[in-house]
Amino acid sequence: MSLDHATVSRIAKLARIRLDEAEVTRMQGELNAILGYVEQLAEVDVEGVAPLSGGAQMALRMREDEVTDGNYPDRVLANAPERIGDFFAVPKVVE
Amino acid sequence: MSLMDMTIAAALDALAAKKVSAVELAEAHVAAVEALNPRLNAFITTTPELALEQARAADDARAKGEAPALAGIPIAMKDLFCTEGVRTTAGSRILEPFVPPYESTVSARLKAAGAVMLGKANLDEFAMGSSNITSGYGPVENPWQRADGAKLAPGGSSGGSAAAVAARMAMGATGTDTGGSIRQPAAFSGIAGIKPTYGRCSRFGIIAFASSLDQAGPMARTVEDCAILLREMSGFDPKDSTSAERAVPDFRAACGRGVKGLRIGIPAEYRVEGMPREIETLWQDGIDWLRRGGAEIVDVSLPHTKYGLPVYYIVAPAEASSNLARYDGVRFGARIEGKDLIDLYERTRAAGFGDEVKRRIMIGTYVLSAGYYDAYYLKAQKVRALILRDFQEVFAKVDALLTPTAPSAAFALGEKMDDPVTMYLNDVFTVPASLAGVPGMSVPAGLDAGGLPLGLQVLGRHFDEETVFAVSSVLERAAGFAHRPGVIAGGAA
Repeated sequence: MSLDHATVSRIAKLARIRLDEAEVTRMQGELNAILGYVEQLAEVDVEGVAPLSGGAQMALRMREDEVTDGNYPDRVLANAPERIGDFFAVPKVVE
Repeated sequence: MSLMDMTIAAALDALAAKKVSAVELAEAHVAAVEALNPRLNAFITTTPELALEQARAADDARAKGEAPALAGIPIAMKDLFCTEGVRTTAGSRILEPFVPPYESTVSARLKAAGAVMLGKANLDEFAMGSSNITSGYGPVENPWQRADGAKLAPGGSSGGSAAAVAARMAMGATGTDTGGSIRQPAAFSGIAGIKPTYGRCSRFGIIAFASSLDQAGPMARTVEDCAILLREMSGFDPKDSTSAERAVPDFRAACGRGVKGLRIGIPAEYRVEGMPREIETLWQDGIDWLRRGGAEIVDVSLPHTKYGLPVYYIVAPAEASSNLARYDGVRFGARIEGKDLIDLYERTRAAGFGDEVKRRIMIGTYVLSAGYYDAYYLKAQKVRALILRDFQEVFAKVDALLTPTAPSAAFALGEKMDDPVTMYLNDVFTVPASLAGVPGMSVPAGLDAGGLPLGLQVLGRHFDEETVFAVSSVLERAAGFAHRPGVIAGGAA
């Protein structure tokens, strides 16, 4: 299966990465090469195999549902590109 | 022996015997970084003042008889570990302004153990690469040189760490390994490096690439030095949901165990077509060394090996596309202004990410998207289960596996760049162990015809790094690898 130009543009939109037309064309070739390579998985019989999501040979732990950290807004906001008071600031979203 | 050639083990002895001070070690290494980094670009950020301050503290602690395990040992920290107050970029322009307000667990442990941080080591952007060519801060040059004079890649993604250790700018370094990012650069740079079992080192504060695969580990010039560093880096951390609640063994003691009576598997599927003859020969040497050490050699099969890379190139980008969604120009990192919020996101991510990162985010977004999830992501997870099963079955019969680390020696900067898949093939021998979560170590074992280092890889059972260290130590002693790169601190360039 091969990705067309419109599909690559749609993926870029979903991924929130702005690509110009020339970049979409280049990316189309590269993504199709990668997808062509992974295509070989089709030949593996996985009937009855449970999917493996992680490398950890363990069950996830439970912990008490309690606040154990926080209450330092200045540290949290120290890297903000723009802040207003104790808030991250972004361009206006609703009129 | 010159200060710069000392192993960590020897330096700890010299420090304890007051033959050298931590400040002397730090000054010598800071000078080496200043001399060589403009050429090799192994560090994105250097921290000479911090190094000297930490060295003075190490000397003070030692004078009081309170020196912790690594007091005064100068190391490089891969720039993927968040370090409080020291800029952390992950090799990406999108994090150029980022100064973490907190410390990663692994770097905090090393700090508490008295290690001296020389700086933040260069890497492929977000650890996505096998060459260091994708770094947003320029490629690293491998200190080893080829006869034709072409500048070589140090491997990746922990290429800055590998180059720093090989060139004697640092005694050891931290790396992270998602599909081979510790083992392959260690092999390309003639040093040792271990990816421990998934869960052995905390992932807290390591900038995430593919969370089900990412694992920190040490890189150093000897197997024993890796064992010394790993002990301090390891241990349970409640801040990482997949951190293993297990005691940390004395890895250094395991280095002296020998291989007598061990069963070592040789997987048939690692004998790939087109592999250079020197690598075949070196692998056979490794088999002979272990047999001579008293091990029994057993031919084994890991039938799904060839599917490791295609599984990896679905699973890792899928996790990356999710993990990297956080870089949106709002809470930290670089921002490009836009006419509205979506425009701000799209411009920020277009400007901040390099080509390889964009490719992987796009692949990951696609394989997770509605209608394709089952065909790609779910299928890859099922084949991943079969790869794990392969390892579980062979580890019922053998104690460890011996393979080459990489299918070639270091390539030149610019080579293998024709298409992404050619570059991905570098990780063919390292990716399966990452997918299964088992520990793997690369040991420098010989040179190719062009005088470039080659590594052998030892794989072990989950949480049995001790056997990996035992086998690796026997290989290291038998190989007697004493070669040094052309570009080296205090040496001729």
